[in-house]
Amino acid sequence: MTNKSTLKQLFSAGLINGGIIIFLGLVGMIETFSQRDIVSGLVSMGFILLFLPFFVFGYSIAKKEPDQSLRTVLFAGGLTGLVAGFTTALLPILGQFVNIRDMFMNASPTLYSILNFNQGIYLGGLILMIVSGIIGALGAGFLLIPPRLRNAFLQAVVWTVLLGLMRDLLIVMIARWGAISYIFRWIFASSGLTITGALVIFFLVGVVYYWRSGKKQDLPVKKILSKKQKNIRFGKLVAAVILMLLLPQILGIYFSEILDNVGIYILMGLGLNIVIGFAGLLDLGYVAFFAIGAYVVGVLTSPEMGVIQITFWQALPFALLASVTAGVILGLPVLKMRGDYLAIVTLGFGEIIRLLSLSDWLRPYLGGTQGIQRIARPFIGSLELKTQGQLYYLIVAAILIAGFIAWRLKDSHMGRSWMAMREDEDVAQAMGINLVATKLSAFATGAFFAGLAGAIFAAKLSSAYPQSMNLMVSINVLCLIIVGGMGSIPGVFVGALVLMGSPELLREFSEFRYLVYGALLVVMMLVRPEGLWPEARRKLELHESMEPDALPNDIPTVTENPAG
Amino acid sequence: MAVLTAKNVTKRFGGLDALQKVDLEVKEHAIQSIIGPNGAGKTTFFNCITGFYNPEEGEILLENKLITGLSSDRVTRLGISRTYQNIRLFKNMTAVENILVGMHPHLKSGMLGGILRDSRTNRDEKQALDEAKRILQFVGLAGKGDMMSKNLPYGAQRRLEIGRALANKPRLLLLDEPTAGMNPSETQEMTNFIGHLRDSLGITILLIEHQMRVVMGISELITVLDFGQKIAEGTPAEIQKNTRVIEAYLGRGAASGLSEATA
Amino acid sequence: MLRTWRQRITIADVVVWIIGLSIAFVVVYGSIKTIEVGKYNTRVWIDLTITGLALGGVYALIALGYTIVYGVLKMINFAHSEIFMSGPFTAVFLALALYKNGFWNSHPYISLLLVTLLAVTVSSTLAVLLERIAYRPLRTAPRLVPLITAIGASFFLQYAFRGFFGSGLQAYPELGFLKGTWTFGSIPVYKTQVVVIISALIMMLILYGFVQLTKMGKAMRAVSEDKEVAGLMGIDVDRIIMLTFALGGASAGLGGILYILLFPVVHFFMGFIPGLKAFTAAVLGGIGNVPGAFLGAMILGILEAVGPSLFLDGMGIAAPYQLKDAIAFIILVFILIIRPSGILGERITQTKA
Repeated sequence: MTNKSTLKQLFSAGLINGGIIIFLGLVGMIETFSQRDIVSGLVSMGFILLFLPFFVFGYSIAKKEPDQSLRTVLFAGGLTGLVAGFTTALLPILGQFVNIRDMFMNASPTLYSILNFNQGIYLGGLILMIVSGIIGALGAGFLLIPPRLRNAFLQAVVWTVLLGLMRDLLIVMIARWGAISYIFRWIFASSGLTITGALVIFFLVGVVYYWRSGKKQDLPVKKILSKKQKNIRFGKLVAAVILMLLLPQILGIYFSEILDNVGIYILMGLGLNIVIGFAGLLDLGYVAFFAIGAYVVGVLTSPEMGVIQITFWQALPFALLASVTAGVILGLPVLKMRGDYLAIVTLGFGEIIRLLSLSDWLRPYLGGTQGIQRIARPFIGSLELKTQGQLYYLIVAAILIAGFIAWRLKDSHMGRSWMAMREDEDVAQAMGINLVATKLSAFATGAFFAGLAGAIFAAKLSSAYPQSMNLMVSINVLCLIIVGGMGSIPGVFVGALVLMGSPELLREFSEFRYLVYGALLVVMMLVRPEGLWPEARRKLELHESMEPDALPNDIPTVTENPAG
Repeated sequence: MAVLTAKNVTKRFGGLDALQKVDLEVKEHAIQSIIGPNGAGKTTFFNCITGFYNPEEGEILLENKLITGLSSDRVTRLGISRTYQNIRLFKNMTAVENILVGMHPHLKSGMLGGILRDSRTNRDEKQALDEAKRILQFVGLAGKGDMMSKNLPYGAQRRLEIGRALANKPRLLLLDEPTAGMNPSETQEMTNFIGHLRDSLGITILLIEHQMRVVMGISELITVLDFGQKIAEGTPAEIQKNTRVIEAYLGRGAASGLSEATA
Repeated sequence: MLRTWRQRITIADVVVWIIGLSIAFVVVYGSIKTIEVGKYNTRVWIDLTITGLALGGVYALIALGYTIVYGVLKMINFAHSEIFMSGPFTAVFLALALYKNGFWNSHPYISLLLVTLLAVTVSSTLAVLLERIAYRPLRTAPRLVPLITAIGASFFLQYAFRGFFGSGLQAYPELGFLKGTWTFGSIPVYKTQVVVIISALIMMLILYGFVQLTKMGKAMRAVSEDKEVAGLMGIDVDRIIMLTFALGGASAGLGGILYILLFPVVHFFMGFIPGLKAFTAAVLGGIGNVPGAFLGAMILGILEAVGPSLFLDGMGIAAPYQLKDAIAFIILVFILIIRPSGILGERITQTKA
């Protein structure tokens, strides 16, 4: 049935699987997430984290099996799970005899009891092995289910988990709706979903998805959008814009704060996307321009600094100018260098800006570790934008401008030059493209957006301080671009929502934020380098009706020589 | 009149002389070839012309204008275009976009124009697009313009690369092994296409070839390089009879040279 | 050649040179001012220089990893700073355990050896694993892809170790035999500094010898010249790359132990700044060049130790030591302007077409 080499494969897959779970345990994820209920009293997030790998490994090992009969597949998945469970069970046993907690702070009795179902190391280990074997086999068996049912099932699970995770926030949101809110009370328990709620969501999503995926197949594929469809599309867009404008009203203060933060990251993402995604220049010191924007607004508007005191709107052009100038000054020496030097030099530049803002030397001007307080907020007429809800509109306006610029540039002459440079620098130069000027323009545009984001950030907090200008900001922006899809503008939005939104929604997650981001970068590059929402190229040749007969015969006008 | 004149061009890498005092003259509307065994310095010579390398000695003139020492973008702006031995298209851009990038020296719209899309920019872009479509058709890729260039078949990629080079409206087109990796019928097609290029566009073509058979048919003048030195120059008939050339090919590159030379 | 001069100069070059000259001006002017003021005597300068040499020794061992990996793969192993951190951060627990049962004080030499062995093993293993899992599948990918992977790996490792061992500081127990100073001539020098400088020098010589003289080293150089051809010559390219990572990792682990001799405290973020500095050193010396890494590291170490007092103090800048990291990065930018190939580096041959 299964020969020796595949058996070896199963064993090593099981070992890797077990290793991953031990890693998750020792890093503290399983224990931390076990405090977060999805279905109250039944399924916690830690539980999912613990058992999902068995399922995934079972599934993928079954996929590799050459023989797809039920027996082999179940055997492969089950055996992999068993080995993985055994490997995992070794951790509590080891912990029983050696005090590894001095070293691994998360190797706690709580972790062991989670792994052992509270049944002691031997009996518990046995149970773990059996359960993991079963889950592995289930994962393998999942492969044999028809795809339509499989997808519906997956959707149902994902939605149930998501709603369970977002319970606290949804409760807050629903509470604002008054009387209607009582309808939803039976879905949510004091933490997570109630069992009924979970089942209802699961089946509702599953059935709806199953039914819809069936319907889609019946429809003939239409390639050309009819007038009516275009109208519908436009209507949807209008609806989305209206919804976006109403969001702070619907969601309340807490959500507005999250939205503001996500928005500022979108703004930076749009800028860095031009630098990295369009032009292929890996800039890790992006936060420096953000900091410059924030500090310039701070210095010019705060009464503390005593330089001059102007309004936010008067200071904004100076902030943008300073960011762009810094971009050009940094860009000139480093843009002639090889691409990977650029990453490190920009990283160093970001650190220099941070160190300068922290230093005692510049304390009289930049406020040292305390930073600058009492930064002016923007006024519109006589209205001061100070609540999260009000600032939201400022941020949305900035995003719209930045998004428009990025979108227009992408398909312009300059955008094509950037992309050519990204694809092959030497050949791009041989097309007549001046590399330094072209790189510099990308760099400066990116710095412009970062400066804008920094200025708004300073106004939002009414302060600017060095701690919020660290390397991690650059890394966050880099991650959201990569996850969204390098060079893709919608990808920036998706990436920012997923990466910046999730730590806010899931408090436990924030502790493991950079662990997950790091892993995400590696996995994305290995598995899906184009990102969640890949860059799409605009169709140019056939975007208007072509009339081949109207074209002159074969002779392009290339005979006209350039002057000279 | 000579479009391109190279005098005494010498390029060294470390201790190795990749090119030694190479002289070459390319006449207007000519199709000329450089041949030679592997590592003879053919591509290095191209790289010196196009500004990829800066030769240690010697001068290269494009219609009496000195171009040695210029960076490749400036050389291109003066009217030299090239293709590459191992196709180097912008892989994640569409075919049309590749050609539009090739038009770079002739497009003026800047960043602001790109953002605001004023009427002038729109008009320029439209003209450029029309021209790009014509070039696509000329190289036989009409209708394939919106395909990612990496998804085009091999022969089409070669032709797209030539199209991209033509978009610069060059006075001199350098083709680096345009038939590399092609089967005999594709090779024949490409050979005819090169002839057609010159005849219909009136440009001057200098090509590198490894296969003797290809160059014999279309070139008016052949230059033979071996170990970085020019060992012979003449019409195809003369080259075929030249003992030094036969020696160079038979002596070492027998596997690649002989079979083709006698074919 | 005059003609290249005339044609190649651009506005960008002019601006770059202005930036370079202003940095040079600050350095010269600041130094003259400082010496004029005469706040420090010769002893202080000598002390600072020795501190710098010791720092340089640590940077050198880390820089080596950057340099040889760059030589072979033409990629910057961004996660190298975490490989440096992993060794001493893991080994601190062995040191603490040994300290607890008294072995540390009764057998300090053996203890130090054990701790060093563990650190080197951990760093080296991690480097090899990293190559196997994250880099190998991407060897033919576009340039940006492995670089981003390396950045991701760097953060992943940092926060994995934070998860394992906590975000707090862990202190190494003191080694009695390295306390105090030795006196050379009339100048007392900390024993740790002497040990660090000498070990770094010895390690460097051994590694250089390995790369230059042994068969493995020759294979490494062949792979760095041309992977394909090396493969055709019967060299197992994968194995050589693995070896390169193992060697770089081991050297970083050793660097980590030397680092804790100077600053006996470890934490999960400790790799970041030394990693950046070491990279700077590698570029300064000429990336890909082993003796260059050593030279660059020593120069950087000295500049970092002496620089704040020498360049900045005289200009009346308050608390110049806060800016010592900034000095390192500015040097990096400066070097890249003046001589991108580094001090000992050959001009990177442009293989463009």
